[in-house]
Amino acid sequence: MLTLLAMWALFVTIPDFISWAFINAVWQTDDSKDCQVAAGACWAVITEKHRVMLFGTFPYDEHWRGVLAIAIIIILAVISGFKRFWSYRLFLVWLVATALVFLLLLGGVFGLKPIGTYQWGGLPLTLLLFVGTVVGGMPLAVLLALGRRSSLPAIKALCIGFIEIIRGVPLITVLFMASLMFPLFMPEGVTINKLLRAEIGMIMFFAAYAAEIVRGGLQAISLGQYEAAEAIGLSYWQKTNRIILPQALRIVLPALMSDVIRAFKNTTFVSIIGLFDVLGATATALEDLLWVRYALEAYIFIFILYFVFCFSMSKYSAHLERDLSEGRNL
Amino acid sequence: MTPTAGKPTQKNAGDPIIELRDVNKWYGDFHALRDVNLTVGRGEKVVVCGPSGSGKSTMIRCINRLEVHQEGRIFVDGMEMVPDVRKIEAIRRQIGMVFQSFNLFPHLTVIDNLTLGPVLVQEIPQDAAEAQAMEMLERVKIPEQAKKYPGQLSGGQQQRVAIARALMLKPKVMLFDEPTSALDPEMIAEVLDVMIELADEGMTMIVVTHEMGFARKVADLIVFMDDGEIVEAASPGPFFANPENDRTKLFLSQIL
Repeated sequence: MLTLLAMWALFVTIPDFISWAFINAVWQTDDSKDCQVAAGACWAVITEKHRVMLFGTFPYDEHWRGVLAIAIIIILAVISGFKRFWSYRLFLVWLVATALVFLLLLGGVFGLKPIGTYQWGGLPLTLLLFVGTVVGGMPLAVLLALGRRSSLPAIKALCIGFIEIIRGVPLITVLFMASLMFPLFMPEGVTINKLLRAEIGMIMFFAAYAAEIVRGGLQAISLGQYEAAEAIGLSYWQKTNRIILPQALRIVLPALMSDVIRAFKNTTFVSIIGLFDVLGATATALEDLLWVRYALEAYIFIFILYFVFCFSMSKYSAHLERDLSEGRNL
Repeated sequence: MTPTAGKPTQKNAGDPIIELRDVNKWYGDFHALRDVNLTVGRGEKVVVCGPSGSGKSTMIRCINRLEVHQEGRIFVDGMEMVPDVRKIEAIRRQIGMVFQSFNLFPHLTVIDNLTLGPVLVQEIPQDAAEAQAMEMLERVKIPEQAKKYPGQLSGGQQQRVAIARALMLKPKVMLFDEPTSALDPEMIAEVLDVMIELADEGMTMIVVTHEMGFARKVADLIVFMDDGEIVEAASPGPFFANPENDRTKLFLSQIL
């Protein structure tokens, strides 16, 4: 019965949607008036506005830098998907790449025109925030997880306090704290860039959640592994880096991936504190009175963009889970 | 403390390499080690036996500080075990340990399991360490398994890899904590054979085991523990022929 109902609902809506989205749609026009006379979707809004949606207020002539930034991040992400490249060195590569992308957008070096972070926006900003969150958050998460299991009471208390406080508040609160309250505590004249403040907030938020996942992995490692490592004379950090973490992180990788995906989606929150990520930039693009009627089409485009990123990450995570559970010892 | 505890070692020529003096340990209220005294000479083979929960494992785990004793003193090759990370690491490098559950590193190949210690701890170059590792694997008779992961090996093979790994740091003493207890019966012999060879080469060994055949063949001294104390310590001949203590007699009648 429910199946029939669902089928009927699809039967009624799908043809309408198809005729709206494809048959009667306007794909290409310079003039928004063409859209007004058409009965279907106005995809032309995307061709017309895609530069603003994807790059925000980034200077038009320098958009190639944004494209290059996106390319660097996506190519590196794909490479990182192959297990044979997994090592601590890969993390260093990401660290360097993130710094490189930052410099590429900022300019002022290598003869690039300097562009203030307040002009940044769109997909490069979204990706940079995302990558920065994971690259900065992951080591912090590992340190917090280790600290929470530390035998030193002060370190343990500090880590538990940090994790529980951050986990106890919504991300928006952390971002507002970072953007509004943080400057109040700083001495007169010292200002930290708004982008950087948001990034720090997002890193802290990501790290607090990821730390608990990593801790779960640490708990899954048998005591015998610690003892064997100690018995061959390894120091704490040698033991942690070479024996415990490689095993623990492998166990929790699928769970960490879902946190990574969430970190990607969480980048949209920065538009609230006045940074123009791809969603914020789209909202800005739609302030044009000629095109504001076609917000739905623009947001569908953004929807698809986010879906492509998140779905591929989630598919990869599922693949990883199968892969790792098959060959636990490999 | 029992009067027999330290006695048999005196007839050994080797000067002491391990000394436990009046060692006591508690887990909460449970008195796990009671005034344990034991002296092991260089090249000596000591087999420790006793019922489960008698403190045998706890005792040898105190020797490389996997367990911390609360009273008494422990000396390894002249160094006293004190709560100082550097001292502890220095002492651990003198001691090889083999566990009941092997505890190989499952994410590393057999050869990487072996080279990790020398490369990180002694800072030996990777290729030299690998050559040394292959020698060790020859010694425990499984060089062909070098590139495999521990999970692909049988229990007996894993334990032999574990012995090879412990030997990589050229320890002065080898501790075995029930090395054959987790093995299927048909694999016990292959592990004991390796241990016997090691003993023949003159390695100082302390072995917690219930393999009395091995004890008879290899041991210079058999230590019987019960309820956290050393009840009896004697060379295999007298130990099996006429044990002095009633508890020893009872134990032997149960397992022989």
